[in-house]
Amino acid sequence: MELYYLTAHQLHDMLIKKEISAEEITRAVFGRIDAVEDKIRAYVTLTRETAERQARAVDKSIAMGEKIAPLAGIPIAFKDNMCTAGVRTTCASKILYNFVPPYNATVVQRLTEARSVMTGKTNMDEFAMGSSTENSAFFTTCNPWDTDRVPGGSSGGSAAAVAAGETIVALGSDTGGSIRQPASYCGVVGLKPTYGSVSRFGLVAYASSLDQIGPITRDVTDCALVFNTISGHDPQDSTSAPYNQPDYTSYLTGDIKGLKIGVPKEYMGEGIDPAVREVIRENVNVFTGLGAEVEETSLPHSEYALPAYYLLATAEASSNLARYDGVRYGYRNEEAEDIVDMFMKTRSEGFGAEVKRRIMLGTYALSAGYYDAYYNKAQKVRTLIKADFDRAFAKYDLLLSPVAPGPAFKRGEKMDDPLQMYMVDICTLSINLAGIPAISIPAGFANKLPVGLQLMGKPFGEGDILRAAYAFEQTTDHHHLVPGVAS
Amino acid sequence: MISLKEVEHVALLGRLELTEEEKKLYSKQLSDILEHARKLQDLDTANVPPTSHVLPLQNVFREDRPGEHMATEKVLANAPDRQDDYFKVPRIL
Repeated sequence: MELYYLTAHQLHDMLIKKEISAEEITRAVFGRIDAVEDKIRAYVTLTRETAERQARAVDKSIAMGEKIAPLAGIPIAFKDNMCTAGVRTTCASKILYNFVPPYNATVVQRLTEARSVMTGKTNMDEFAMGSSTENSAFFTTCNPWDTDRVPGGSSGGSAAAVAAGETIVALGSDTGGSIRQPASYCGVVGLKPTYGSVSRFGLVAYASSLDQIGPITRDVTDCALVFNTISGHDPQDSTSAPYNQPDYTSYLTGDIKGLKIGVPKEYMGEGIDPAVREVIRENVNVFTGLGAEVEETSLPHSEYALPAYYLLATAEASSNLARYDGVRYGYRNEEAEDIVDMFMKTRSEGFGAEVKRRIMLGTYALSAGYYDAYYNKAQKVRTLIKADFDRAFAKYDLLLSPVAPGPAFKRGEKMDDPLQMYMVDICTLSINLAGIPAISIPAGFANKLPVGLQLMGKPFGEGDILRAAYAFEQTTDHHHLVPGVAS
Repeated sequence: MISLKEVEHVALLGRLELTEEEKKLYSKQLSDILEHARKLQDLDTANVPPTSHVLPLQNVFREDRPGEHMATEKVLANAPDRQDDYFKVPRIL
């Protein structure tokens, strides 16, 4: 296997045995980027010089006999909605096309202190609003398994970069499925952590009560290593949860005997591609074979999650995006006569179609006369959805489902019908409403395209999720397969 | 159905200037989405409290101690227009 297709833990072992240098790893990854990036288009910004400098510094530490952290010298890509000091952070939007943050997001800071090597900033749906990366204001990223298809979204650039060997690990953000769905479409591992377990400081806000940052990696061990590094309390985020953070690699034992897993029937019914359903069914047997007890269960309010989500997420977005007014940073219309005209023209020219649609929907849901019927109603339904999960987790350790109703779709296929595009997230967005953690792991193929399996856990139950995902991974080869993107 | 007039009102609240084409498109698309959302009215939620946030977090207070603040030049570095240490904008009145 080429260096750029190894995992972080494999590369770490080779680094400490001095079989390779961090600089060689970085060179291999940038060589791969040079070879395939014009076909994949995963990156908005590449930071080659920074990466080489960071890698050389790690090599120096190794040469001096210093002990290095598990992610030291490991190339990492950040979704372009995480602030990187001195490196352009655009959210794939015209309105932030020139924004250079004066500080690092906490996750970026922690990974920098762990001495990871930043390869660049990845493409995404504008402001993380979308499920295909087609809403990027700059260009669309292609799925490495079939370049006519989307990589999923909104963290499509991060998932495609990991899948294509254009980085070793990456971070994404997930508001309604934006880590898990692209991970599923690209055949990689993606974890959406418990709300509050990873700091949102420096993450450009979309829907603040739903957004979480998480790892996108090639295997479960790398997922645990990245999650170890980025999770934990941060005084700079008032919604960051104070909790005792375990070493998540301690859960990677391979033993899941007696683990109780529920399969919610609402996630396996109408609307799910039969080929996807078949992959998930086959894998239920894998978990049973490992000694888990699997049975069908129900989350009765599942069908209400989509409308509740779109009212709440857009309401929060309409408020969060009020800050883009052309005054302090980003794009400004220069022709405006007065300040209100400047706000209107700046925002109308700076935001893309989907962002405007969501600002409109959210503003409507919050406006006088509609607040109770839409926003408040959706918040109450959120309580019912969360209660469904509380009931299920009184009986089960984990829940299991597909990540997305189908495999990656063709570019342009769903762009004219927003509601059809929103349906792609029906298996993932309840998880954000409930605030619980969930992972997408490679589980097989439908029509030669990767299919992800979702495991959901109790709040702060990432350990159980990683334990089960790791045990599953030991029995399958899916995570060793790489796409046929020409090199 | 969301009328064109409602679309215009909401666009103004959101400080967006829409073309005639966009107004027509959003009128239809928002109507479709809200029609889908009407499903929520089937549920009796009279005795259900709203959830705005999933964590049982209270207000987070810290001691009121002066600390380092970001240098003015850094704050202004991204400004589309500035004069001295101020953000400059078109006329307000």
